[in-house]
Amino acid sequence: MAAILDAQGLHKSFGAVTAASDINVAIERDSVLGLIGTNGAGKTTFLNMITGYLKPDRGRIHYEGRDITALAPRDITRIGIGRSFQIPQLYASLSAFENMMVGIGVVLWNAGRGGYFSRGRPLVPGYDLPAEEVAERLLERFGLAEYRDRNAQVLPGGVRKLLDIALTMVAKPKILLLDEPTSGVSAEEKFAIMEMIVKAVRAEGTTVLFVEHDMEVVSRFAGRVLAFYDGRIIADGPPAQALNDPEVKRFVVGGALQRLDEAQSRPRA
Amino acid sequence: MSAGRAPFTLALILVVILAAGPFAPQWTLFLLTIALAKGLVVLGLMLLLRCGLVSFGQALYYCIGAYAAGMLGRYFGMSDLFTLMLAGMAAAALAALVLGYLLARYRGIFFGLLSLALSMILYGLLVKTEALGSSDGFHVLPSTLFGVRPADAWVRYAVLAVAALVAFVAALAVHRYLDTPLGKLAPAIKDNEIRVEYMGASARYAIHVKYVIAAALAGLGGALAATTVGHIDPEMAYWTTSGEFIFITILAGTGSVIAPFLGALIFGIIQTVAFGLSPNTWQMVLGASLLVVIVFLPLGLWSLFRRRKAA
Repeated sequence: MAAILDAQGLHKSFGAVTAASDINVAIERDSVLGLIGTNGAGKTTFLNMITGYLKPDRGRIHYEGRDITALAPRDITRIGIGRSFQIPQLYASLSAFENMMVGIGVVLWNAGRGGYFSRGRPLVPGYDLPAEEVAERLLERFGLAEYRDRNAQVLPGGVRKLLDIALTMVAKPKILLLDEPTSGVSAEEKFAIMEMIVKAVRAEGTTVLFVEHDMEVVSRFAGRVLAFYDGRIIADGPPAQALNDPEVKRFVVGGALQRLDEAQSRPRA
Repeated sequence: MSAGRAPFTLALILVVILAAGPFAPQWTLFLLTIALAKGLVVLGLMLLLRCGLVSFGQALYYCIGAYAAGMLGRYFGMSDLFTLMLAGMAAAALAALVLGYLLARYRGIFFGLLSLALSMILYGLLVKTEALGSSDGFHVLPSTLFGVRPADAWVRYAVLAVAALVAFVAALAVHRYLDTPLGKLAPAIKDNEIRVEYMGASARYAIHVKYVIAAALAGLGGALAATTVGHIDPEMAYWTTSGEFIFITILAGTGSVIAPFLGALIFGIIQTVAFGLSPNTWQMVLGASLLVVIVFLPLGLWSLFRRRKAA
């Protein structure tokens, strides 16, 4: 299968801390990848480099054959790479519906369909529906319909997470990067929420990369796992293989004590 | 009041002004014209405030508009009101287009103080420029309309009618702009610029556009004020003038394109009444009224209309 995203030789350090070291990953179109690793292992740094928030010190990133290493986050978003955040990034003073409408407005604007002199109700590219209907449909799909008119800042944590992801879907990204989509969600709800997210996102044929700490969630939803440790990828393969890798067992899934220890001694990337 | 009704309300206000103008005392026509001029400036400030930016130096563009209009008369003998307003608007927009590359990079207090600094630079320059009358400024030619000078009794009305028409068009244009994706981006920029970027939009570009529109409106207002008052001086760029515009913006609120004009009118009325009551301490009355608005109507006078509708 053809790679949609290809990262070669990525390296990034912050002073003495190496957050990414010789990262080489080719991601196939239409796949679901789980990124695992302790805090500070380099997962978020990897996502940040793909989305242009951080520029790698060395190495290149190609998306659909095009070098995107030097592009700004908004340009990377425009060409089809969306992301959600560990801490949801919403428009706090706007309702869930208005949040969606702002996002859809940007999509229309970028498509040259929402200009000052445009008339009528332009169709949203990718959905071929008017803006309001796209907003309603996505809210529905992410189980957010009942929160439609509530302000983003008063929504419960899990709902904010979902809205954050729904917001990225307005642009119909070809790749979606989800940074800990189920963090802050109770263990019982994790599977249901992840199920809904993956279903909603995959319905659009989007390739998904998600960061997750719960190995059960990872093995259930990911087709391929990338295990990060100390800025490197120490294992890359199907969940059954990657999660049983001796190094992964030792450094990533090797027990709560070690995770706690790592979290305290290592700056967050 | 719903956003959809604003054009209708604006048209109604325009008709009332045009119809009642001939019967109103001259001083009210003057008051109203100045209120429209300041309302235009505030309309622009409203655009910036909606993205969380407070310009403490909008008088820069007000002054540029006024001087552009005044200099056209002084050096080229032009007095056509439309031409002068167009020139004022264009000069201010051009200046903002250039300065916007700098200002659109800054947020919060840095944006505010940088805009203030720029307006004070213009003030300083004008005070030292003898050719433009230094701190005394100079007189602006009486305005004409399409080459005709209205009869003395009708001058004030004619200028008011033009001002009302221009303000009507400007308010409608801004109203439409607020409904475009770029216009709707304002509260999003105020809330979360990171998310704006990750939606694929440039917050800096959006702010630059709003900054230029705001400056064009301020230039328009400045040119209108210059021809209405018949005199311009560097005070028009002074920080107290900028302060006045912010005062009106807070007084009015950002809820509708009608609010800036209403705010400017009420500001004018308070100022006139307060000055009549106590010429030496009229600022105290202004200050007290702003305090009352901030405490009881934090979203500005416009929220009165909102509340009534909600009730």
